[in-house]
Amino acid sequence: MNTSDTEIELEPCFKLKGSRVTITILELYEYEYATFNDQLAETVRSAPDFFQQTPVILSLERCKDTGFIDFIELGELCREYGLVPVAIRGGSEEQLLSANVAGLPHLPVGAAKPPEAPKKQPEPAPEAPPIQNTVITTPVRSGQQVYAKGGDLIIIAPVSPGAEVLADGNIHIYGPLRGRALAGVSGNKNARIFCYSLEAELLSIGGIFTVDEDLKTSNWKKNIQAYLDGDKLVISAFS
Amino acid sequence: MSSPPLANLQNANKTKEELPLTEIIVITSGKGGVGKTTTSAALGTGLAQKGHKTVIIDFDVGLRNLDLIMGCERRVVYDFVNVINGEANLNQALIKDKRTDNLFILPASQTRDKDALTQEGVQRVLEELKKDFEYIVCDSPAGIEKGAFMAMYFADRAIIVTNPEVSSVRDSDRILGLLQSKTYRAENNQPPIQEHLLLTRYNPDRVDLGEMLSVEDVEDILAIKLLGVIPESKSVLKASNQGAPVILDDESDAGQAYDDATRRLLGEEVEQRFIEKAKQGIFKRMFGVR
Repeated sequence: MNTSDTEIELEPCFKLKGSRVTITILELYEYEYATFNDQLAETVRSAPDFFQQTPVILSLERCKDTGFIDFIELGELCREYGLVPVAIRGGSEEQLLSANVAGLPHLPVGAAKPPEAPKKQPEPAPEAPPIQNTVITTPVRSGQQVYAKGGDLIIIAPVSPGAEVLADGNIHIYGPLRGRALAGVSGNKNARIFCYSLEAELLSIGGIFTVDEDLKTSNWKKNIQAYLDGDKLVISAFS
Repeated sequence: MSSPPLANLQNANKTKEELPLTEIIVITSGKGGVGKTTTSAALGTGLAQKGHKTVIIDFDVGLRNLDLIMGCERRVVYDFVNVINGEANLNQALIKDKRTDNLFILPASQTRDKDALTQEGVQRVLEELKKDFEYIVCDSPAGIEKGAFMAMYFADRAIIVTNPEVSSVRDSDRILGLLQSKTYRAENNQPPIQEHLLLTRYNPDRVDLGEMLSVEDVEDILAIKLLGVIPESKSVLKASNQGAPVILDDESDAGQAYDDATRRLLGEEVEQRFIEKAKQGIFKRMFGVR
C-alpha cells in the first residue's frame, strides 16, 4: 500500500496470504515398517544434509494397498530421519481416517499428476499477482490520503471533506463519502465506487471524473454506485 | 511508573501518597479564534476546583495570551522557553493561581518563536510536571505548525474546540487526522488519543435560522464524542477582559457549560444543555420585548 505522510497507520498483527511453495512429496507405493525404515535410512545416508526438518507431503495416489496405514507410526519414523509429514494426498477412505487421527490434513489430488520418476519434485506454478485489498475502519479525515495499491479499498467509516481515497480497484465506503474518491487509478475502467451517502467533492473512475456541482443535481445523499458506461461516468442509486 | 508493592510498604511513611497517573490534555482546533485559550483557562480552573492539581501550559510562544485570560500577566518572570533552555527551573516559572487552589500556569515566552520548542525539551518539562500534577492542560496555538504539533505530541486526550461553522469544522477534522498520525501514541502504536468535541459560540436561535451548523451536523462530520456545548455569551468576552476564567462566573450560561464539561471530562454523566432554544417567557412571546 502506497501512502502519503498523513495517512492512517494500520498495524494488523497478522495477514493470511495465498502462496505456492515447493515441497517434497514422499510417494508411497506400499507401507511396511521394516522395509520403509531400511529404505529411509539408506536415502538419508546418501544425502544427510538434505533431511533437516524437511516438510513432506505423503502422496498415496500410487499406493498399492488401500487398507489401513498407521500414520502415527509412519510419522514418528519419518521424524526420526528429519522428515516432517505435513499432509497426505490421495488415499482411500480408511487411510484418510487414520491420517486424520494422526493429525495430518488431507490435500485434494492436484489436476496435474506428479511425474512417474519417484524422486522428482513438481515444478512450482508461475505465481499469480496477489490481490491486496485494504480495509480502513477509522474516519478518513480532511488532509489524509489513502491509496489501496493493486486492489480494492474498503472503508467502514466516513470520508471527510478534504480527504482523498484512491484505489487501483473498486472503492467501497460504508458511510458518507464527503471527500474525493478515485477508483481504477491505474487505468482500470471496470472499477466502481460504492457509498452509503453521496456527498462527494469528486468522483473519478479510470481517470474520468465528475465534481460536486454536477453530483449535487441528482442522487445527492443517496446510497449509490458509480461506474463507467463507455466514457461516461454513470451514477445510479440503490432503491 | 509504580514501584513494586514491597518497596511501597517499606517506604509508606517516607513517600507522599501516590498520585494517580497524570493525564496530558491538549486543547486544540486548527483554526484560530475559536476559544482554545478561553477553554484551557476554564477547564484547567474547573479541574483544579474539583480538587485535582492542574497546570495549564501556554504553547503559543510569541503570541502569549493565557496569562492575560488568567489575569496573571504581571507575575510572569520566567517562562516555558526559559525552562526548556535550562535558564530557569520549573518552580521559578510556574505561577500559582491566586483565585483557585491546586492551579498553576506555565506561561509562554512573548519574545521568542515556536522554534524554541524542541521535542526533547517539551518532553523533559512534561516528565517533570508529571511528578507533581494530575492534569497537564496544553493550550495549543492555531495552525498546524510546530507549536501545535508540540502541544499535541505527548497528549493522552484531546479536546477539539470547534465553532459551528464549516471552516472551523474542516480544520478540526484536519487536526483529528494529525492526532491519529503525528503523535507519540500514534507513532509508538499505543492506544489512540481520546478525542472530545467541544462546540463553542453555539447559538440555537441562529441554528434555527440556518446561519449556524447544528450540534448534529458537526457531530455527523467529525464523528467523535461530544464533551459539551458552550453557548455564545457576553460573559466570555467580559471574563477575558477582566482576566478571570469564565468558569468562575457561575451565574453565566457559559460558566455553567464549562462546569458541566469539566464534570464530563472527569467521567460524570451530565445531561447536555444549551443545545435547545431558551424558552421565552409569556410576556416576551406576547409583546416581543427583548
